[in-house]
Amino acid sequence: MSQNRKTIIPIGPYHPLQEEPEFFELSVEGEKVSDIDIHIGYNHRAIEQIAQRMTWDQLIFLVERICGICSTSHPIANCNAQEDLAGVEIPERAKYIRSIVGELERIHSHLLWAGLAGHFIGYDTLWMWIWKYREPVLEIFEKITGNRNHYAMMKPGGVRRDIKEEDIPYLKKVLDEAERKIDMITKAVLDDPVLAARLKGVGVLTKEDAIKYCTTGPVARASGVAIDVRRDDPYAAYGLVEWNVITQEEGDVFAKTVVRLLECFESIKIIRQCLEKLKKVKGEIAVKIKEMPPGEGKGRHEAPRGETFHYVRSDGSNNPVRVKVRAPTYVNLPTCKATVPGESIADAAIILASIDPCYCCTDRMMRVVNKKSGKIELDGSKLIKLSQEKTGRLRREFGI
Amino acid sequence: MSLTTFSLKKSIWVYHLSAGSCNNCDIEILDCLTPRFDLERFGICLVGSVHHADVILATGIVNRKCLPRVKRIYEQMPKPKLVVAVGTCACSGGIFARGYNMAGPFDKIIPVSAYIPGCPPKPEAIIDGVVKLIQSLNGKLTRNKTNERIR
Repeated sequence: MSQNRKTIIPIGPYHPLQEEPEFFELSVEGEKVSDIDIHIGYNHRAIEQIAQRMTWDQLIFLVERICGICSTSHPIANCNAQEDLAGVEIPERAKYIRSIVGELERIHSHLLWAGLAGHFIGYDTLWMWIWKYREPVLEIFEKITGNRNHYAMMKPGGVRRDIKEEDIPYLKKVLDEAERKIDMITKAVLDDPVLAARLKGVGVLTKEDAIKYCTTGPVARASGVAIDVRRDDPYAAYGLVEWNVITQEEGDVFAKTVVRLLECFESIKIIRQCLEKLKKVKGEIAVKIKEMPPGEGKGRHEAPRGETFHYVRSDGSNNPVRVKVRAPTYVNLPTCKATVPGESIADAAIILASIDPCYCCTDRMMRVVNKKSGKIELDGSKLIKLSQEKTGRLRREFGI
Repeated sequence: MSLTTFSLKKSIWVYHLSAGSCNNCDIEILDCLTPRFDLERFGICLVGSVHHADVILATGIVNRKCLPRVKRIYEQMPKPKLVVAVGTCACSGGIFARGYNMAGPFDKIIPVSAYIPGCPPKPEAIIDGVVKLIQSLNGKLTRNKTNERIR
């Protein structure tokens, strides 16, 4: 009996290495990890349910707050879904502005990940260094959207703010500077013997596994699966500019790093072309959506972590009947079943982090069933009842 | 001013507690510690365990799954226990206040010493909040509140 007993090592829910609360159970035999189990739900905020009480315009502000790092990916996907439902085409200028904001976010997100990856393997110099050079990107955001994060730039039918003509030279200047720094970081990371020793051949996700687990985004592209929503199903301005899909064949943590860093340059390329086009393309930045017809709409966006999918259903009223979000981490996270077992405990943290996990996008609610009696202890209706009780309590408190 | 408070003023060690946030306040907190803003010049250092921490930087709405963990983390913290609620969610619940999974905000669960509103608060606002907290340690520390039992 005792020989069969495994040692379980918990990581989380509150662990020094983790940004967000999540819980991993590593079953280990000696130094080797033999199995892994994930518990999520520490970040669940009932967004899909709150969304049903929002109007279509308010919905964008809510989905923006699903995740702080993909805070323009969810709005773009949701706007795409709403525009699909309403059957409107956004103005050309709005398309370019959407792509600019989307790509700036990709740069900031990939740099953020690269820094944190350095932190995860105990290379804090890399962390401090990369985050220092991430700041100019946030400065651009502050200049064109008014906030460092949560830009509130998208709205159904177009964008909320225009990029002014006089800002474009400044943007180009900061972008040039950022590109030089990113170039320096990329070269340093690719040539670093410590990083190569630590990351090469670690946590390999084969191409077969990548397809089997339905991975998206940089995780799939690092395993040689060239999928990218921006190319496969162009929206915004991605069909109007020149850029490449970056892929690597190895599938290890190092390949994922390379894909992310090289994607930053493609993003800069897209932004430059869009800024050039903005000088020529004038006109409206948003069309007015008069009414939402009954029906359903689907929208996709290639977030920094992979494909974000939004589904909305309308009954013709001014709020959605159902909003469904599928975030990229939801499909990328299970790959740890393929990558972590067989590796040592020390490498588990960086392998788990290598998918660029975003648990606040992913967290789901489960209904709880009593095993003995088979009784459902917490299901949809009970949740609604709880929420109604709360609304009633709030109403009484505020005297509404 | 007691010896602990005196030494606390010179070097505040913070622990970052995320309880169902959208990640943004968390990255802004980390941003404060990186070279551009560099909170470490005030002696503020991010620690991995709450056992070593003087201040909890709390973010998020506190959802129902986090609730027991948040209480436990607060219990494990050494005295004087200071909690700073960072972001609108931690202060009031913000846009998520109407959801079924909301068990917070923080001041309903544990005593909170300072609030930094904003969605997310800019690093400047977080630094301002921390500076005000240090000033409040000059004898004006609300000791009764921090020694309150967990509700």
